[in-house]
Amino acid sequence: MAILGAINPMLTVGLDGDNAWRLDDYVKRGGYSALKKIIAEKTPTDQIIKEVKKSVLRGRGGAGFPTGLKWSFMPKYFPGDKYVICNSDEGEPGTFKDRDILRYNPHSVIEGMAIAAYAIGAARGYNYIHGEIWEIYKRFEEALDEARAAGLIGKNILGSGFDFELFAHHGYGAYICGEESALLDSIEGKKGQPRFKPPFPANYGLYGKPTTVNNTETFSAVPFILNHGADAYLEAGKPNNGGTKLFSVSGHVNRPGNYEIPLGTPFATLLEMAGGVRGGRKLKACIPGGSSAPVLPAQTIMDCTMDFDSISKAGSMLGSGAVIVMDETTCMVRALERLSYFYYEESCGQCTPCREGTSWLYKVVHRIEHGQGRADDLDLLRSVTTNIMGRTICALGDAASMPVQSFVKHFQDEFAYHIEHKKCLVPPEIQRAGSGFFKATV
Amino acid sequence: MLTTESIQKIDREIAKYPPDRKQSAVMAALAIAQEELGWLPNEAIEFVANYLGMEPIAAYEVASFYNMYDLKPVGKHKLTVCTNLPCMLSGGVDAAEYLKMKLGIDFNETTPDGRFTLKEGECMGACGDAPVMLVNNRRMCSCMQPEQIDNLLAELE
Ligand SMILES: Cc1cc2nc3c(=O)[nH]c(=O)nc-3n(C[C@H](O)[C@H](O)[C@H](O)COP(=O)(O)O)c2cc1C
Ligand code: FES
Repeated sequence: MAILGAINPMLTVGLDGDNAWRLDDYVKRGGYSALKKIIAEKTPTDQIIKEVKKSVLRGRGGAGFPTGLKWSFMPKYFPGDKYVICNSDEGEPGTFKDRDILRYNPHSVIEGMAIAAYAIGAARGYNYIHGEIWEIYKRFEEALDEARAAGLIGKNILGSGFDFELFAHHGYGAYICGEESALLDSIEGKKGQPRFKPPFPANYGLYGKPTTVNNTETFSAVPFILNHGADAYLEAGKPNNGGTKLFSVSGHVNRPGNYEIPLGTPFATLLEMAGGVRGGRKLKACIPGGSSAPVLPAQTIMDCTMDFDSISKAGSMLGSGAVIVMDETTCMVRALERLSYFYYEESCGQCTPCREGTSWLYKVVHRIEHGQGRADDLDLLRSVTTNIMGRTICALGDAASMPVQSFVKHFQDEFAYHIEHKKCLVPPEIQRAGSGFFKATV
Repeated sequence: MLTTESIQKIDREIAKYPPDRKQSAVMAALAIAQEELGWLPNEAIEFVANYLGMEPIAAYEVASFYNMYDLKPVGKHKLTVCTNLPCMLSGGVDAAEYLKMKLGIDFNETTPDGRFTLKEGECMGACGDAPVMLVNNRRMCSCMQPEQIDNLLAELE
């Protein structure tokens, strides 16, 4: 089980045994009671949206946008089809929480989506699942079959007159499809390229119809909010940062994995839950919200609590909640080189500043790492990032730029050393030992 | 072009979408075709396009945009290793180096006996289990230390 620890869990509560993902188990844990109540009592949709707003559930996909507010943007009296879409494309390096939610608690996502569909008046939904996690896609389809057989999705759900059809759609290897408008094009059977906004999906989404897109973890929190009330959810976190969140901790820790903790929990507590820094070494830096979030040096992150506001005050982003831990064996230039390669590879190529800019960023960081850096390369990197940011259709350009800016800012000495001495400040054998792969050499 | 079984699978995918939106099934249909044929020759892409009533060029665009489609033949076992930063910190790059050494090939190459193709992958959403690798797009292998890699290669031979 890859959910390795929790404090006051809501999303991962009671997930014991191999069958926890099955419908029977979910129902035994109180599952589908929120949906059943709503459709039996015909709860007014405004009331549901109000409750979700009050809970201050903020989107778990990266941007932290208030979920209730997003739902309220859906046109109420639109005569045609509307759609609800779950974003399980989870491709942001460092993030592996949605996979575990789908693996251990898929019905919480189905129930959350059904409630959202009811609230926004959608009769059809899709869950877009990252192509690399095939076994999870298959499991989700099985969970859907269970729900369908039990009359919990489909036509006239439990005799209530409410229809909701839900299907799984798989990706096939494109990070950009995590961006919601690219994801919609991808479901339409096209290349996944982000759309100009406005119009936003609430007005012009899948097949041009009003659409709400939320992250897997966002949907999975909805049943709790309706069962226990917005206040219970909000109070579990901290003001303006409702509820708990799953944090995917990776990199140099003793117990990498997912941890569910209330928003506002100190970073130090999370690090301790993950077994501390590997081999008892010293923490060097941490990317607190997935690879697109600015890196923070050890002393800064150690003073943070894990919530949107604290991390943003410290100069980074909570993003997807992917905590990438780097210890003193890490060469920051090499780390950035790999991230820059990723954005260069995954830029969809639609906008010139992003297509050309990500290529430049990678080329320059690559040459610094390989001992061919030039004296003005750090200035060059900074200027390339300012020429990308804000000049692209989607946020991938910003996502590529923020790591560069923050690595160069906080670890300038290390980059300068590389350029001057044509080698890493951290000797290669130390870097190699850090990964723990060739155990014999540690 | 494809077996009845594959066609049935594709039909199941088409049924997920509104009747006038068959094109939505193109990603799944191409994946099904690749699973049967091992890779995607142009004729397969055209076949899928015709079956879904879309322009072949549109299907080709999809096949070339997404990384997991193979537009050239690959070995019997395609191994995709994640080397992105979170995995790299826990041995992803070392695992790739180890595989290159054991198989005697570089990324995007196939062993002379046609058994293995090696690919570099991006984050698979499994960084806590690093090093991770994917076999033929379907089976994810976790925590691949040298011993586990040896076992996997032996099993796939
Ligand atoms: C390049 C890029 C990649 C993204 N990847 C993901 C992703 O993998 N999963 C996700 O939920 N959101 C991702 N997003 C954010 C989505 O566009 C969208 O904001 C989110 O799915 C909304 O759900 P939420 O409000 O519940 O967070 C990405 C955004 C960008 C710009
Ligand atoms: S970085 Fe390798 S799976 Fe995420």
